[in-house]
Amino acid sequence: MNSDKITKIVLFSVSFIILIIAGGMVFSLVGGAIPSFKTFGLGFITSSQWDPTEGKENYGALPFIAGTLITSFAALIISFPLSFATSLFLGEYFRNTRVAKVLGTMVDLLAGIPSIVYGLWGFYVLRPFLIDIGFENQGFGVFTSSLVLAIMIIPYATSLSNEIISMVPNDLKEAAYSLGSTRYEVIRHVTIPAARSGIFAGYILAFGRALGETMAVTMLIGNANRIPDSLFSTGNTMASVIANQFGEADGLKLSALISIGLLLFLITGIVNGIGKLIIKKMS
Amino acid sequence: MKSITEIDNIGSRTKKDRIFLGLVVLLSVVTVSPIVLIIFKLITKGYKQLNFGFLVEKMPDTMQAMTAVANNELIPGGIANAILGTLLMVALASVIAIPVGIISGVYLYENQGKWMANLTRSVSDILQGVPSIVLGLISYLWVVKHITNGFSALAGSFALGIMMLPMIVRSTEETLKMIPQTLKEAGLALGIPYWRVLFGILIPTGFSGLMTGILLAVSRVIGETAPLMLTALGSSVINTNISKPTSAIPLVIWEFYNDPNMVDLIWSSSLLLMIMVLAFNLTAKQVAASRK
Repeated sequence: MNSDKITKIVLFSVSFIILIIAGGMVFSLVGGAIPSFKTFGLGFITSSQWDPTEGKENYGALPFIAGTLITSFAALIISFPLSFATSLFLGEYFRNTRVAKVLGTMVDLLAGIPSIVYGLWGFYVLRPFLIDIGFENQGFGVFTSSLVLAIMIIPYATSLSNEIISMVPNDLKEAAYSLGSTRYEVIRHVTIPAARSGIFAGYILAFGRALGETMAVTMLIGNANRIPDSLFSTGNTMASVIANQFGEADGLKLSALISIGLLLFLITGIVNGIGKLIIKKMS
Repeated sequence: MKSITEIDNIGSRTKKDRIFLGLVVLLSVVTVSPIVLIIFKLITKGYKQLNFGFLVEKMPDTMQAMTAVANNELIPGGIANAILGTLLMVALASVIAIPVGIISGVYLYENQGKWMANLTRSVSDILQGVPSIVLGLISYLWVVKHITNGFSALAGSFALGIMMLPMIVRSTEETLKMIPQTLKEAGLALGIPYWRVLFGILIPTGFSGLMTGILLAVSRVIGETAPLMLTALGSSVINTNISKPTSAIPLVIWEFYNDPNMVDLIWSSSLLLMIMVLAFNLTAKQVAASRK
């Protein structure tokens, strides 16, 4: 066998590791989830019980699924005006200027801050501030978590839409200018419609990020195993319940937590898949 | 259709234009303000504690911390156990992820358009989207339960390694795509073996690009807490045995946060963590910029 062939085989087999890891991941999550799905059936997804008392253990994931979707969705709504304005700043108004470079670097750095530092900042700075201005009376819960999550996902939402906005052909914009449009009108009637699906995809990917965030949410959501009944109520997300309850888990409880991990894996996979599909369709 | 008067109303249109610009600038400033506020907070609250001893001494116990706080002194000791743990686990994660990542990136580049490569690329993208806590669960199920039979640095490194892998794969492929095809063809035309063209010509040419990807991946995993909670667990002593529980900077921040006596240490630890993240991040940017 010649060396070219060996090289090709090595390249192929090493990259095959990625498929093995991903396949093994699904296999292990499903395997670990089986005991709890066997015990509770599909009721595991629709029940809101969480009772670890020995002998009458009963686990349901609904409060955590709801908590995850609500906090992530609220985070998306809060972050939208901020990241949209930032992508217009970077990709349209101040494109290729020094100020855009500085601002862009700062936005990138937001993505670099560890989740636990966001959690600390949310707990020691944002929470007291929200209480002081009378917006919140306890400071824990869905709203505070979503606010911090919103900041955390801004870089992800911004980077794609910024890129797409700066790629809108100049001819289109110049045509509108030559008809006497103001800059706002060009953005409103040319840039945004042309970049719409890319911007949308960016927000879907950012939403996927928010779904899996763990530490910051764990520190701020209040860790109550119930379905949040308002924006200011406490709750738990799928990621935060795994982080919180894992330490003392074995047997059926461990299986329940792995099942939640499996559901989280599936939900983020679907959301990211939709985002990627939109991007693929565009290009 | 807009009426003539509406289009003619240039005054109000310009006004709208100005207001919108003002709004964009204002919201953009609001967007980046957290980074300034967070770093400012970490520095003002953390700099006093961040001295030499903090870097080289091991963690104080909760009694020592309580006495110090009661006497209004700085808490003695440091987080050397966590710093070493972080360095150990990140290094080990890199050893796992970098070779596999680079070789897979080369594979994807060399097999553009083939279905197996497309599948691998998509799967790698999916891996990149998997929440880090789920990677922690996986490492727990594989390494903690079956390899080290207990919480360990190796399990932590494995979780961090799987996190780094897709980032390195992607950056390798993207970097190689930017290298002119002629370079590779010239090498092959000279009769240089295929593997030497790949690893002796392409990889060195794209070195700074690969380096950027690796540094960014490191800066991304160095602050990860959740997967380590399920795998490395933490330890109050300095540990270099990869099959034993090991601490890490994010893990001690979590411990301090939950211990009222030690809570003063969260800021200096976070400041140190932030400095490390920024160092990797900015070095990556520097390497990327020097290429152009």
